[in-house]
Order: sequence, then structure tokens, then C-alpha cells
Amino acid sequence: MGFLERLGSFVVGGFANFGRVVLLYSETMRQLGHKPRLRHIVAQMSHLGVDSLAIVSLTLLFTGIVLTLQVGHEFVRFGAQSTIGGVIAIAIGRELGPVLVGVVCAGRVGSAITAEISTMKVTEQIDALRVMAVNPVDYLIVPRMIACMLVVPLLTVFGDLVGVFGGWIVAVFYTGISSYLYTSSIDTFVDAFDLTGGMLKAMFFGNVIAVLGCYYGLNCPAGAEGVGKATTRTVVSSIIAIFALNALLTFILF
Amino acid sequence: MIKIIDVCKEFQGKAALKHINMTIEDGETLAIIGGSGSGKSTLLRLLIGLIRPTSGEIWLDDQEISAMDEKELDKVRLRMGMVFQYSALFDSMTVAENVSFGLREHRDYPEEKIQAIVREKLNLVGLSGVEQMMPGELSGGMKKRVSLARAIAIEPAIIFYDEPSSGLDPLMTAKIDELIVDTQKALKVTSVVVTHDMASACRIADRIAMIYEGELIAIDSASHFQENPDPRIQAFFHTLRTTK
Repeated sequence: MGFLERLGSFVVGGFANFGRVVLLYSETMRQLGHKPRLRHIVAQMSHLGVDSLAIVSLTLLFTGIVLTLQVGHEFVRFGAQSTIGGVIAIAIGRELGPVLVGVVCAGRVGSAITAEISTMKVTEQIDALRVMAVNPVDYLIVPRMIACMLVVPLLTVFGDLVGVFGGWIVAVFYTGISSYLYTSSIDTFVDAFDLTGGMLKAMFFGNVIAVLGCYYGLNCPAGAEGVGKATTRTVVSSIIAIFALNALLTFILF
Repeated sequence: MIKIIDVCKEFQGKAALKHINMTIEDGETLAIIGGSGSGKSTLLRLLIGLIRPTSGEIWLDDQEISAMDEKELDKVRLRMGMVFQYSALFDSMTVAENVSFGLREHRDYPEEKIQAIVREKLNLVGLSGVEQMMPGELSGGMKKRVSLARAIAIEPAIIFYDEPSSGLDPLMTAKIDELIVDTQKALKVTSVVVTHDMASACRIADRIAMIYEGELIAIDSASHFQENPDPRIQAFFHTLRTTK
């Protein structure tokens, strides 16, 4: 196959995939109108969210630490130490928190969703649902989408707090800024929308992670190798989608 | 009654089924036999509406199921049950949750009644005391039985079996065959059994249909079927005689 044919096949395949994701998305939206399966949503929130707490905490803790290490001394050099807390909190609340939590969830949550659904597909459990007159989109995708849209923003808030705490550790114990100065600058510079805007972004990221995770799970090639490929595709596509969506949402929101 | 009229099915331009015509009477057990890749499982998936025919019609009583959308099909599927080749039990649920799944989704029964039905159906398939076990803890034969209990829990009029003896030893195969016959007698259901096991087909079926390379080459009563001179059918019987 020549270069142009391969390129054409890649582009057509990409558009076809995108079209199928949109169709799945619209079917999911249609099923959202049905009575919510609260037990499933709570189970998914617990399964997908609580299990991600540790990795989210570690990621944001070290991000807060590194960010303050990088900017702390520079701010002191320019006499701007009174703004460090605020700058760190805004950077984490608006950008780093939602994006990093999104990326962590794409790896942790998206891959778990794909692995579970693709295994169900390979072992005919999805067909069993259909035979028992249960819509797989309503049963599998809607609860996961709602759970992710609730859990990822909550994880983001938690991650924001841990990240700001990581910054506080470095600012107080390494850079030598007083704790009061750090917290009061947060109070001065940060407004509620820095947090809620980040949460809004995280809600969109959760939505994308769930839909792509389910899409690749439902369309996984047969066999154990197929499950592995589908999982990798979910993580890669979700991360790309999160970065693209983040640029768009930042442009609109802030 | 299920009527299949001139049904063809193609996958990416390749014919899997060619002009299939047959009728399945109420209350009968029809075994569909054929080699691997002959199209028998495709036919089963068409009958239950998991895939659509490329052309032709499939009727269940006075309803054309091949023309229905998924929502209409769901209503029809409440009259059907299916035992999958590898059981397809929900591996995150206990045996009791698997068996009660259809009841919880489609019937508004109190919890005590659901539990009673679960026990009754598990007893019917010869299992008890396994309610709280997970599918991963069951043997292949037990999984098939739980799958059958799940299929009959909502009291369907038609039960489809996809390779019920696949992966089982001869003794367990005979037990599952016995169970299919007993279930049919007890519930008076229509049974459609897809198998490549001629011995099983002869034990359980009122009639046998043979699919060969996507074509229906014979459909007859189990006793007459053995006398069919078609070499493709005799080849199947030959394998049976040599393995006995």
C-alpha cells in the first residue's frame, strides 16, 4: 500500500471512528432521559473514584511541590513572595488540577472501563444483556458517564487542595515564606470561579473519558490482544481529547 | 411458530447464509447442526435479533422480527431465553443475581418472590446451595446450568441454545442433553439448539436441520434424518459411529 493510500485510509478511519463516537454519544444522551440506575451510579463512583484518590493525591502533591520549587525563589528574588500562594492556587485550580486529574483518570478510569466492557463483549455478556431486553448503553454507559462526570470534578477539588498543600510545604519549609503570607495570598488572588471553572472542565473531561472508554470497549477486536489494544486506544485518545478540550474550554471560560 | 423466509446474510460481501427457508413449530425441539463456520450460530443470532438479515424475513407468530427496531425487539425478547456457548454469565454478579437479573429488570416482584423463583429455577437445573457463588467458582457444566436457569427465570416461550455441549466432557454433555429434554417437557417451550454434536442432536431433537456452507441442505425428523443418503450428512453420522 502506497503512502497516499495509507494516509487516506488513516484519515477515513479517523473520521469513521469519530462518527461512531458521536452516534454512541447521541444514543447515550437519549438513554439519559430514562430512570437513572442510582445503585449502579454510586457503585461506579465508588469503584472508579475512590480507587483513584491515592494516585490523584500523589500526582497533585508532587506537582504542587515542583511548581513551588520552580517559581518560589524567582518570586522571592523579585520581591513578589506575597503572591506565591495565589499564583500556585490559580495555576492548580484552573489548569494543572483538572488537566492532571483528567490525564490520571484517563489512565486509571478510562482503561478500567474499557477493560471491563471489552471483556464483557468478548465473553458475550453484552449479547446476553441484549437478549434479556436490556439496552447495553442504558445499563453500562449511562451510569459510567454520570459517575465520571461527578467523580472527576470531585477528585479535582481534592487534588487542588493537595496540590496547594504541596506548594505550602515547599513555600514554608524550603523557600522560607510565612504560612500566613502563603494562605492570605490565596485569599487575595483566588476567586470562586478559579475552582468552579476547573471543576467544569473536569466534568467535561469525565464525560469524554467515560464515552471513549465505553466506545473502545464496545468496539474492541476479538481476543485477549484486542482487549489490550482497546485499552491503549482509550488512554491515548482520551489524553489527546482532554488536551484539545482543555484548550477550547480555557478559551471559553477564562 | 417461527418462520424463516428466504433469509440471506452476508458479512463484508461474503455469504454466511444463503436462502434459508424453514418453520419451527410451537413446542418442538429443533437441532441445527453443521460444521464449524457453516453459519448455524449466525442463524441463531438472526433468530434472536442480535444481527439483521441481508435479505429475507423472519416471523415470530404474526410479527416480523427482522423488520423491528431494537425497542420493538426488546418486547419480543421477553418471550425468549438464550443459553450461550460459554454461558455468558455476568462475572461481577453472584449466581443468584445472574438468575434474578431478568426478573429485576422486567418484573415488579417483591424480593421474597424473586428469591423463591431463583431457588426454584436452580433446583430445576439440578443446582442448590450455589446462590452466593461467583461464576468464576463454577465448573463448565455448572455454568451452563446457571445459564439455563437464568434463561428460564422469566418463563420464556422459546429457548435458544448455542452449542450447549461445547467444552464439556461426554458425561456432562449427556446430563445437559437430559436437562434440555426435561426443561422442554416441564415448561412446554419451543427449543432451538445449535450444535455440531450429532449424538446430542439425536438425543434431544424432534427434528434436525443441517446447514452446510451457509445452505440448509436437510430438515427432517431425528429418526429419518439418519437415513438421508446425502454424503455430507452421512459424513457427520460416520464421525459419530467412529467415535462410539
